[in-house]
Amino acid sequence: MSTRRIFLRNSALAMVGVGTAPLWLKRALYAADGPLQRQKILVAIFQRGAADGLNVVVPHGEKAYYNLRPTIAIPRPTVDADKRQDAAIDPDAAIDLDGFFGLHPSLAPLKPLFDRQQLAIVDAVGSPDPTRSHFDAQDYMESGTPGLKATGDGWMNRALPKAQGKVSPVRAVSLGPVLPRAMRGAQPAIALQSIDGFQVRNAEAARQFQQMYTDARDPVLRATGRETFEAVGMLQSIQKQAYKPAAGAEYPRGRFGDSLRQIAQLIKSDVGVEMAFADIGGWDHHVNELGASASQGPLANLLREYGQALAAFWQDMGDRMQDVVVVTMSEFGRTAQENGNRGTDHGHANSMFVMGGGVKGGKVYGQWPGLEKEQLYEGRDLALTTDFRDVLGELVARHIGMPSVKGVFPGYDPKFLGLV
Amino acid sequence: MRNRVVLALCLAMFLGESAFASKKNAEQGRQFFKQIPKDQRIPQALNRLTFGPRPGDARQVKAIGLKKWIDLQLHPERIPENPLLDAKLKTLDTLNMSGSEMVRKGMVRKLVARDLAEGKLLRAIYSNRQLDQVLDDFWFNHFNIFLDKGADRFMVTEYERGVIRPRVLGKFRDLLEATAKSPAMLFYLDNWQSVGPNAPQPRGRKGSRGLNENYGRELLELHTLGVDGGYTQQDVTEAARCFTGWTIDQPQSGGTFVFNKRVHDDGDKVFLGVKIPAGGGESDGEKVLDIVARHPSTAHFISRKLAMRFVADNPPSSLVDRMAQTFLNTDGDLREVMLTMLKSKEFWSEGAYRSKMKSPLEMVASAVRALNGDVDSAFSLVNQVAQLGQPLYRKQEPTGYSNASQEWVNAGGLLARMNFALHLAGNHVPGVKVDAAKAAKPDDPTAGIGLGSPEFQKH
Repeated sequence: MSTRRIFLRNSALAMVGVGTAPLWLKRALYAADGPLQRQKILVAIFQRGAADGLNVVVPHGEKAYYNLRPTIAIPRPTVDADKRQDAAIDPDAAIDLDGFFGLHPSLAPLKPLFDRQQLAIVDAVGSPDPTRSHFDAQDYMESGTPGLKATGDGWMNRALPKAQGKVSPVRAVSLGPVLPRAMRGAQPAIALQSIDGFQVRNAEAARQFQQMYTDARDPVLRATGRETFEAVGMLQSIQKQAYKPAAGAEYPRGRFGDSLRQIAQLIKSDVGVEMAFADIGGWDHHVNELGASASQGPLANLLREYGQALAAFWQDMGDRMQDVVVVTMSEFGRTAQENGNRGTDHGHANSMFVMGGGVKGGKVYGQWPGLEKEQLYEGRDLALTTDFRDVLGELVARHIGMPSVKGVFPGYDPKFLGLV
Repeated sequence: MRNRVVLALCLAMFLGESAFASKKNAEQGRQFFKQIPKDQRIPQALNRLTFGPRPGDARQVKAIGLKKWIDLQLHPERIPENPLLDAKLKTLDTLNMSGSEMVRKGMVRKLVARDLAEGKLLRAIYSNRQLDQVLDDFWFNHFNIFLDKGADRFMVTEYERGVIRPRVLGKFRDLLEATAKSPAMLFYLDNWQSVGPNAPQPRGRKGSRGLNENYGRELLELHTLGVDGGYTQQDVTEAARCFTGWTIDQPQSGGTFVFNKRVHDDGDKVFLGVKIPAGGGESDGEKVLDIVARHPSTAHFISRKLAMRFVADNPPSSLVDRMAQTFLNTDGDLREVMLTMLKSKEFWSEGAYRSKMKSPLEMVASAVRALNGDVDSAFSLVNQVAQLGQPLYRKQEPTGYSNASQEWVNAGGLLARMNFALHLAGNHVPGVKVDAAKAAKPDDPTAGIGLGSPEFQKH
């Protein structure tokens, strides 16, 4: 049996390599180790630019929040969580979650997920490193080693389970023009902007290119070339099909919606995705964060796109959400007090979302540190009570099933919150 | 106890890693002292100081003499510009307009962005002053502005033309001040709205206006000292206080720099340990610029960034130190810093030669140059550069684009480069005609395959 399986795998892989294997064979191949146990998948979302967590997950039960933000606070919810059925939600006020926290009104599409306990929120979470540099903080969060600049690879790459024999060339995939820091490392990982564009237009040219990259003197280009052509072979079969999201899910227009739609397509095509990554920029709101009301202005617009895309992904994935966890992060939070221009400057702790069928959602996790002057980090920012590696570490251990996360977050021992 | 175990673990990892790293570094280090053969010197110069060699360029450099050619490139005003380029740039109407003229004539953002990006590609492809174009791209990226941020759409053209371009081989202090006082930067990093505690408050609006530390932080982190350059949050805040009142007159129609005394925070400040007494007005900000422009961290940070672009991703510290020394000795004379680099052994070493991955702009421009392309419209090329991951003038973050090779090596990016190579050589890029003889047999679908090869992605 096992010999036969190995034979099947080897010969089929030869075909996968040149892109002639039929889809069913690829599926059988990568499912060969356990057709009943489907692969667990982790999708990481990075909000680049430092999202203002206090206006995303609004501590409306905290009086100091309203004192610190006279012009850009999100108004208190008009309906509390228990009575949500019988009254309309005020489009300009926070949407109550638990009597203390509420969602920004633009995130209304995510409220049903919270209610169905498929969305958990972690608050006052982030990186313990004190930097307020976007670049360094993103780098630390993606490398998974705050404060250490020498780390060469990313936490997602290290979190890929050790390959048992040959694995899917698209097991780690990022949507966008560059491979993010989180995915760089020894294990193959690919970046793509669009599934359809992921090919060489001419077959003969493709063959010659493949040969050139196989023979490349530069080891990085040689390895990336090999990964590329293996992935091309894998994706060929799904390029021809027009993708239609399930259950009438509507992704918002724009790069982020496109990214999540294609991640859904890849997962549902069973091509062997285990880790996926997408990012959304534009969160650096130093000026006029809010418009005339909470549901207007740059933050509201961005959150609308963000929330709609996540909700569409959830709807589109349907039952497959049982295998998937989506986790979101941003490099740091923003000042608790608004600055001089109805915006916020670089701060410290933030919030994270964890969404999935197996998530113990409907709850805001983490310890609330308060917003009184003496409770603030360095007298100005939301203090940190949960390390982001506690969240990611738990997902890597309990969702992906990695026996030890020591290698993923070296030098740190994550404390699980019980999210999954 | 547990903390101690973790600490020991960290230490062990650190030592293990550094032992490995130092061995690897030593090997890389040796590569920077091995000189390239003589016949590779001209290719090395053309690869690094231009947007890629055109057919015949090497011969021409040989005829002039490499040393003289480099000297000329460092003095672009002595090189007659290509008349073909001037003619092509003339068709891009907004390139010579001021911001207020754009507003008056009702120009739209799309057109301004298109002219800028097409202009950059045309210059990269056609200019005889190649190093000047490379440096313009380098310094614009260093002092990056995002064209799509509000009023910046009418400011970026003047910014590149009037602030960056004339100063890329001048004194760093001048370049820095020109950016600090440009409406484009004041708007992009929000300083124009940052005011001191005694600023008059607008009536009829709730809340108050005050300090904004965006520019103060990026000035230190990205423009001068570097993130590890030795400053604190307090220094960021103090710098921001010094720049209050540096604002824009008429920001919605191009704008001009103006110092508004009424909103300046005129109290005492201490920046990087230097006391800036109360009552300094506009000169507070200038003092901050004086301090950072002459700071050893800045000398080092700028030198390293230049060496990363022109020499190698991990330039040897011996070289960076010498460049930084020149920077400090010459009051930040950027031409002298370049000269120190170009005279160094490291620049002409095996460690540097063909070690860098081309950025998307470098790849696209060098491909057109390699095939002696005739560009009627650069619009499609602009889109290509964007598709490869580098939309010109549209990097939202103040970091600008990374110049590290690894940033540009990934599956999707390589495939896009291969497809571009085939399109270009097959004469399928609208607006561009390439020399068919260079592109192998006509109708050969694999023509241009060399431009998609691993070798061509590096320079």
